[in-house]
Amino acid sequence: MAPNNSVRHGRPGFVLEVDRSTPPTLFWHGEGFRLEKLPVGSRVIYAPEPVTALKDPDGAIRHALLNPLGDSKPLPDLLTPGMKLTICFDDISLPLPPMQKPDIRQMVIEAVLDLAAEAGVDDVVLLAALALHRRMTDAELRHALGDRVFDAFAPSGLLQQHDAEDPSKLMHLGATEAGEDVEINRRAAESDLIVYVNINLVAMDGGWKSTATGLSSYKSLRHHHNVKTMQHSRSFMDQHRSELHSSNWRMGKVIKDAGIKVFQIETTLNNDTFPDSFDFLQKREWEWGPRDRASFLAVSKTLDRTPDRLKRGIFHGIKAPHRMTSVQAGEVEAVHAVTTENVYRQQLVQVEGQTDVLTMGLPYISPYNVNSIMNPILVACLGLGYFFNLYRNKPLVREGGVVIMSHPTPWAFHPVHHPSYIDFFEQVLSETTDPLEMESKFEEQFATDPWYIHLYRTSYAYHGVHPFYMWYWCAHALQHLGGVIIVGGDPRSVRRLGFKPASTLRDALEMAEDVVGRDPSITHLHNPPLFLADVR
Amino acid sequence: MVEKGVIADDLAGRRIAVTGSTGFLGTAIVERLLRSVPGCEVALLIRPGRRGAADRVRREILRNDCFDRLRRELGDRFDAEVARRITTMAGDVSVDGLGLDDEGRALLASCEVVIHSAAAVSFDSPLDSAVEINLLGASRVAQAITESGSGAHLVAVSTAYVAGTRRGASPERVLPETPFAASVDWRTEVAAARRARADADAESRRPERLAGFHKQARSELGGAGVPLLAEKTERLREDWVKASLVEAGRSRAQSLGWPDAYAYTKALGERALLQNRGDVPVTIVRPSIIESALHEPFPGWIRGFRMAEPVIISYARGLLKEFPGIPEGTVDVIPVDLVVAAIIAVAAAGPAPEGPSVYQVASGSRNPLKYRRLVNLVHDYFTDHPLYDTAGQPIVVPEWSFPGRGRVLRQLQRATKAVALAEKAVGAVPLRGQQAAWTTKLDERRTEVDRARTYVELYGAYAETEAIFQVDRLLVLFEGLEPGDQDAFAFDPAIIDWDHFVHGVHLPSVVEHARVRTTPGRRAGPSRFDRGKRAILSPDRHFAAFDLENTLIASNVVESYSWLATRHLSGDDRARFTARMLREGPRLLALDRRDRGDFLRHFYRRYDGAPVDRIEEDARELFTQLILTKSFPAGMRRVREHKALGHRTVLITGALSFVVEPLRPLFDEIVSASLGQRADGTYNGELQQGPPTGEARALILMDYAAAENLSLEESVAYADSASDLPMLEVVGHPVAVNPEAKLAAVARKRGWHVERWTKSPGGPRPLLPIGPLGPHALRGAPR
Repeated sequence: MAPNNSVRHGRPGFVLEVDRSTPPTLFWHGEGFRLEKLPVGSRVIYAPEPVTALKDPDGAIRHALLNPLGDSKPLPDLLTPGMKLTICFDDISLPLPPMQKPDIRQMVIEAVLDLAAEAGVDDVVLLAALALHRRMTDAELRHALGDRVFDAFAPSGLLQQHDAEDPSKLMHLGATEAGEDVEINRRAAESDLIVYVNINLVAMDGGWKSTATGLSSYKSLRHHHNVKTMQHSRSFMDQHRSELHSSNWRMGKVIKDAGIKVFQIETTLNNDTFPDSFDFLQKREWEWGPRDRASFLAVSKTLDRTPDRLKRGIFHGIKAPHRMTSVQAGEVEAVHAVTTENVYRQQLVQVEGQTDVLTMGLPYISPYNVNSIMNPILVACLGLGYFFNLYRNKPLVREGGVVIMSHPTPWAFHPVHHPSYIDFFEQVLSETTDPLEMESKFEEQFATDPWYIHLYRTSYAYHGVHPFYMWYWCAHALQHLGGVIIVGGDPRSVRRLGFKPASTLRDALEMAEDVVGRDPSITHLHNPPLFLADVR
Repeated sequence: MVEKGVIADDLAGRRIAVTGSTGFLGTAIVERLLRSVPGCEVALLIRPGRRGAADRVRREILRNDCFDRLRRELGDRFDAEVARRITTMAGDVSVDGLGLDDEGRALLASCEVVIHSAAAVSFDSPLDSAVEINLLGASRVAQAITESGSGAHLVAVSTAYVAGTRRGASPERVLPETPFAASVDWRTEVAAARRARADADAESRRPERLAGFHKQARSELGGAGVPLLAEKTERLREDWVKASLVEAGRSRAQSLGWPDAYAYTKALGERALLQNRGDVPVTIVRPSIIESALHEPFPGWIRGFRMAEPVIISYARGLLKEFPGIPEGTVDVIPVDLVVAAIIAVAAAGPAPEGPSVYQVASGSRNPLKYRRLVNLVHDYFTDHPLYDTAGQPIVVPEWSFPGRGRVLRQLQRATKAVALAEKAVGAVPLRGQQAAWTTKLDERRTEVDRARTYVELYGAYAETEAIFQVDRLLVLFEGLEPGDQDAFAFDPAIIDWDHFVHGVHLPSVVEHARVRTTPGRRAGPSRFDRGKRAILSPDRHFAAFDLENTLIASNVVESYSWLATRHLSGDDRARFTARMLREGPRLLALDRRDRGDFLRHFYRRYDGAPVDRIEEDARELFTQLILTKSFPAGMRRVREHKALGHRTVLITGALSFVVEPLRPLFDEIVSASLGQRADGTYNGELQQGPPTGEARALILMDYAAAENLSLEESVAYADSASDLPMLEVVGHPVAVNPEAKLAAVARKRGWHVERWTKSPGGPRPLLPIGPLGPHALRGAPR
């Protein structure tokens, strides 16, 4: 057994049944919180406590590189002088929140570069696997890679970011048996070896998705980033029932068959998500000590008096104390199987049966607004795309049930990061909230708009089609649910999303009863810290 | 069957000349002659204008709804009938000899009656033109008749108010025989009026005056460029001359006891006519205030927006809170058809054998309408049939308390002062967007107050007149008519039922003509804004030109410069730089307001010595951090909407080429400022061509349209400030984006489409436009 399989020390996840003595439950509410008294009999699902981190992450990394899984040779054996090596890494969307220094990417890449240097490899390019995400800023790259790597690669242009809209930098590898185009980054495809450095925050991350999605183009992505795929991924966190997963695996086969060698490195994190001053966020309310109460009060009172922009600055300044819990390297599928088990070890919570009403507090951050603004579309995506899909077997909420989300949902957009979102909100959502209709009517226009492409390539904008993907991410939930209510949101933006605004949780529960009937069962997703519900 | 009268027979076979036929009274006379005197012909003396006299008859007279009834009665014969019976002579009563050619003179010679109804009826005519038309017009007509040798009967239309503003009965006698009105020598008045024009013109050209007009033009338009400012300055000068002459007329008239220049010039005109008529038989007809028709050609017919109508509408809209007047005084109003009938009866009766005679057509002595009764009638009417404001709410009409004219005027003057003060205060700060709407409101308010004051000044006297106009001779004339004529040409003022006239005839007609809202609720159909937008985004448009600063982005050249200049500075230097820029701010702002081109030339010198490659590299970050961050997403979207419709898109900006280069994918054409470079790879701080500002923008667009074979008329321009007026005026579809106060006022007046675009809500708001601490700066900066 590899030494990176650490032992759990934190307590497992927990499902609380609310009784009269249960203190109010903490709901995330954007850049703030709400304390809500849930009706007696409601369930609250808490994440497992952080599992013990690796004591010697550098040692574990080196061990993983030298002892690969599957049919891969150890990394040093794959490195030869004169070879072309491309080290790809996950972008700013991982992990959440961004982690305290040193970032895992820095630790792994430094180890890989040491081996490459030892082997005399000098054609090395670092490549941020952006897919259609925004480019990372220099500061963000520096944070992810560390000063040493950044200063060694950036000035000479060897630190690159994937550009899915430069035809000269893409290579079409063929099509899968299902007719899906596989087009990935040319530099990566032409390399003798791709080393892909993953941070596997949730079960969906990693595997063939790293290369098949992270390094691909719109032409390729549209085969699985679409409404049909998302409606048939139940959930996309469960690889055995995810069409998104299957499509990426089919593409992986094409990549493999094209002779492209991938040395996959995957890492898992514990869910130690918030620094000491926000400790109360990862404790169970009835266990709050005087210090937790005091800091909750202090934080809440301060936030009440803080302007929105400043609040955003404070929260986006949070760097998570995440620690590495495992690292495995080698052949993609073998690595990913182990990684998934390690993710489950930290995140899986057993939940008995579905609920009529699922409540969730949405935090200030999602994968697509790091150092940015959580616009209404991202609010929908975080709630209905991500949180709703944090299940195995069956959704937490029954078919026809209601999701109640808590978030201020301001009518606010980052003009640099999300330009196409602004237009999507004004022009598409004002006309339809039906994912299929917008897919057929608007997607292509946004995806091929030269202005969005220009901004994606030269500025820091998400691709023109990205807001559509956010909405497709919600497609499974939209199809499954009988209603969506947002508590405490800007009514204008909530209605534009096609949801119902409520000013209090009590109102929202009353409204939900119109859909699911009297005295519904209620379950609250106490998240983040992240978990994955295994619903029996 | 109505008894047949003799008037039609008396005038049958005769040719009747009419002057002033395009006017309210003249049109009605022509119509009535054609319809009620089938045997006569009419010859119209008409100024040829640009299109010629015959064309004016067709367009300005026959197309009026006055002729609807005749057209209906004649059916297909209408065109042939009017062609047969109407002849025209090109001429002008303000010119000696009436400006007639031989043909015209011959035609005039063939006329047996001349009805002279031409007048400058506007109560605020400039003194000199009122003198030429009203004072001298009738004399000129008499002289032309004398010269023609026809001996035709001249029926001269005057006004009852020649009696001035004195109390008591005003008899139907020629002026020299009445105790009314100062007997000043009309020749002296004519000479003085003509001199007044020359004096005012000379005064308006004095350097101080011209400087004043220029200053005013600049304060209204800002730095709009030389040609526009010059045009505006000249217009202001002309307006000033006109206003001086209006004022000269009013003050001269009032100094002699007439309410205004109209009555004053008409009164002297009567006296002049008596002296100049030679042997021409003259009858003077003096109507009082002519208003809508009682019956003929149909009840409520009226032409033009006249004296009482604007006052009534202002009252109905709640704008005229007070109006002077004596409640028990008489408002002498007379329906137009009564006046027309009287004139035709006078023409048929022929001149009095004993010499010039006078008929007054007025209601005051026979069937008086008291001022209080009129006000009550109007108040009741608009309480029952309110007008609606823009929100669709009914407007409650004010109660008048009949204060004296002085008090009302003082109130209005105070209001004027307050508004002017507020305007000055608001004008001193640069505002845009929602705040600029205040200035629009102030502007509206000032217009309202100005208008109210004008009404009170002009018409106040009429509500305060205590003269009673006698109609004894008129009644004798009426009594002498055959019963059939009494029916067909009714002009006894006793037939007016005032309640019916005001509620059933006049006010409905006024409201209809005023095109005001008479239905509650929001207007159905697309809003004005949507219609404007649809016109702009029509596939028919050719190109769309955009200004940059404050039109597409909320930033300016100073910010770009500051950002670039600080990007590589360390902490202390940044602080010093910021302090210096803040200190310089007001001076730069002032320079920018004075002349945009000079400002840019001056400001861009700061780039002297800047390394080209570094600036170009930094400009890419500038694009993200400043341009995009401060962009208006709706504006960016609009550019692309135009592109999607196949319109060309053009960016015209005084910003530097490297700053706007990243915007290239949006535009087919970018016109910007560019700096010269030295051999050592630095900028020299000098512009390569004149900056595209002010009127240069209009020229650029004209050249562009010509070169690309596009139509300016079919194109759109977007800009935010009055200095962009040349660019906006040159296209057919100007759009004011977040207009600053001056442009907002212009856009509102001209009905231009206005867009309010904002930065992305919730987006970053950098406090100062300075570059972020870059990696280079970080290393040098103290930790």
